[in-house]
Amino acid sequence: MDIVPEITRQSITNLVKNGKREDGRELTEYRDISIETNVISKAEGSARVKIGGTQVIVGIKPQLGSPFPDTPDLGVLMTNCEMLPMADPTFEPGPPSDDSIELARVVDRGIRESELVELDKLCVEEGKHVWMLFIDLHIIDNCGNLFDACELAVMAALKSTKLPVATIVDEEVVLSEDETFDLPINNELALCTFVKIGDKMVIDPTLDEQRVATARLNVGVTKDGHICSMQKGGKYPLTKDEVLYCVNTAITKVKELIEYL
Amino acid sequence: MIYVENKDLVIPGQILSDDEYYSGRGTFKENGKVCSSLIGLVSLRNKKIRVIPLKSKYVPKKGDVVIGKINDVRFSMWDVDINSPYSGILPAFEVFGREKKELNKVYDVGDVLFLRVVDVDEIKKAKLGLKGRGMGKFKGGIIVDIAPTKVPRLIGKKGSMINMIKDKTNCKIVVGQNGLVWVKGDEDMEQLTKNIIHLIEAEAHTSGLTNKIKNKLYLAIDGELPPEETPKEEEFVLEKPKLQNFKEELEQEEREAEEKEEKEKEDKPNIAEVIEELRKKTKNKDNSLSLGGNSNNSFILNNK
Amino acid sequence: MSEMIREDGRKFNELRPIKIEAGVLERADGSAYLEVGGNKILVAVYGPRESYIRRLLEPNSGVIRCRYNMAPFSVDDRKRPGPDRRSSEISKITADALRPALMLENYPRSMIDIYIEVIEAEGGTRCAGITAAAVALVDAGVPMKDIVVGCAAGKVNDEIVLDLSEVEDKEGQADVPIAMMPRTGEITLLQSDGDLTEEEFAKAIDLAMEGCRQVSELQKEALMKKYSTE
Repeated sequence: MDIVPEITRQSITNLVKNGKREDGRELTEYRDISIETNVISKAEGSARVKIGGTQVIVGIKPQLGSPFPDTPDLGVLMTNCEMLPMADPTFEPGPPSDDSIELARVVDRGIRESELVELDKLCVEEGKHVWMLFIDLHIIDNCGNLFDACELAVMAALKSTKLPVATIVDEEVVLSEDETFDLPINNELALCTFVKIGDKMVIDPTLDEQRVATARLNVGVTKDGHICSMQKGGKYPLTKDEVLYCVNTAITKVKELIEYL
Repeated sequence: MIYVENKDLVIPGQILSDDEYYSGRGTFKENGKVCSSLIGLVSLRNKKIRVIPLKSKYVPKKGDVVIGKINDVRFSMWDVDINSPYSGILPAFEVFGREKKELNKVYDVGDVLFLRVVDVDEIKKAKLGLKGRGMGKFKGGIIVDIAPTKVPRLIGKKGSMINMIKDKTNCKIVVGQNGLVWVKGDEDMEQLTKNIIHLIEAEAHTSGLTNKIKNKLYLAIDGELPPEETPKEEEFVLEKPKLQNFKEELEQEEREAEEKEEKEKEDKPNIAEVIEELRKKTKNKDNSLSLGGNSNNSFILNNK
Repeated sequence: MSEMIREDGRKFNELRPIKIEAGVLERADGSAYLEVGGNKILVAVYGPRESYIRRLLEPNSGVIRCRYNMAPFSVDDRKRPGPDRRSSEISKITADALRPALMLENYPRSMIDIYIEVIEAEGGTRCAGITAAAVALVDAGVPMKDIVVGCAAGKVNDEIVLDLSEVEDKEGQADVPIAMMPRTGEITLLQSDGDLTEEEFAKAIDLAMEGCRQVSELQKEALMKKYSTE
């Protein structure tokens, strides 16, 4: 149970109404962002991202597997997210919660729909062997806006991913011991998350802002300004104008975010 | 033989002295040696060693004043989150006396109140009450959350720190012993005060803190440093200072009020009536028991 | 004996390089990060706090609950997320290893949760987890008699050596992880896995305890660094 004190709701709402925020930011300003890659030597790709106090680690492990029958020549991406109980006193141990599944799917959708990973180059033998990339997100500290932190982390980790060169010898897959190739990536993307407080939209919400918000909108935009994924969350509606405002803001903001990659 | 000095930083299991010393709070005695059980600072007085914790959860004590949030409204009581491993209850009786009222019309889920710990039972559940000046629901303002162990530093010796902040920012500030602080004033001043409080929390054990905070406040508000005659930094006492009233006259008022209360108690042993009486009194001042209508001074009390 | 050089160049009584940091997370009441060799361990502590799981609570004392978890990317072959038999056992013995040091009589009916996340594993994660968890507990302000510390010794190529690496653990003949309270020298965790003579076991336990004492100094340093005001 996580009850927001009424006066906190009022003070945050009043601040936002006046174009201000509890940590002194502008309504369209992000907290400090830092990205490190190759933080886990046992993972083929990895990154740690901090946005303010929020912290996520992602590791990418490839495995050889069979392709899906309808896409025999394409590699496979699987995104999984663990909202670890260490990250927040209200997170429970156990199988992924609905929130955690939604988070993983929204992050995954951006990567998948922007088609930035060249899945055809992850095919080792059509119909038989393709690379499956397991993208595992570990949320270790939740201070709000996990969505954008996760998407940045996955993007950074994908860019750092190196796979062993695989060849077919006598119908068997042989992995090279020392030869690797960079995961082929042809685009970049970032997610911008907004929440609605009062009648204003606020980017990169803190935990308290998230708790008092009435609605949420995630907008995934590629480097070249194309919208590739969106998700509306929260108990209350958004107006069309609010949505269009977010899209417009996200297109500018994503350019800033991608600079960190 | 003693192995540490006053104010030394010590960690759990560290041997502080041999036999001739007494083991105080934050320490334990084993095989004739006094050892620390906490990460904290040594406080030596006479032959007694204590360790003042740098971090600790708030455990309710009778007589404490705390800030709590209503988590649930039940048939005859409110469940109150007091930022502690132990939740509190505010019995309807403590608020209405014998009168019957709908509880959620008075305090609802999410309301934040200034409360006194009336009693703590054997499983540490705190029974809360509203007897005392300014107790009741907060209207407006913000809540700042600090480590309960840093509360004495935020207050300062005889309220020196908190008074300075109040004077400079024109904010009303109420400090709960459970580490929650209520601040109300101009919107920007509230945010400045919040930042200042967090700074005090972060640097609670550095010397010269009062002056440093003073400079920060003057710079932020006036754009320049305070006039030279900065009074000498008071020594920060490790003793948990009594949380007390800040303005002399208010202290006086408080004492008188308490004495009066005491007398009333003696006159009328029925607590319900006393509470009812008090409630009426408060009502005259301000209908909702809010602090809003009172003078711009708030206060903290500790009867102990 | 003794000046044998190990596969990673260490002497028989030499620990892998260790780094410990206290207070690394915002939300947790206490936290610690530890690297030893290729291990990367993060620990968060919440509590003492109210628990809704009544049956776990004790009327006269606080209780602790421990969850040891390996990240899917922490090992060479991706590990399926979620608990398995190994992690459940380690969670249990870790709680048992830490409990003797904790003074929870002032926190009846409360719960302390200890979350150990293995971000990367390279042999000896259970001892590393205990060492880091003890630091996180101090950081959370939990009262305790001593800071528990863990370290392992083992048998590799018929030699008793300290702090087995992943390779040594795989190829070695025995592994003896222990945890202890360094002030009294009392042992709070002991496992032994493999073939040892009585003399070898005695030697292993001495070596592991000596290792614990060294690691203990680093725990203290990490806490002092976090909390000293200079």
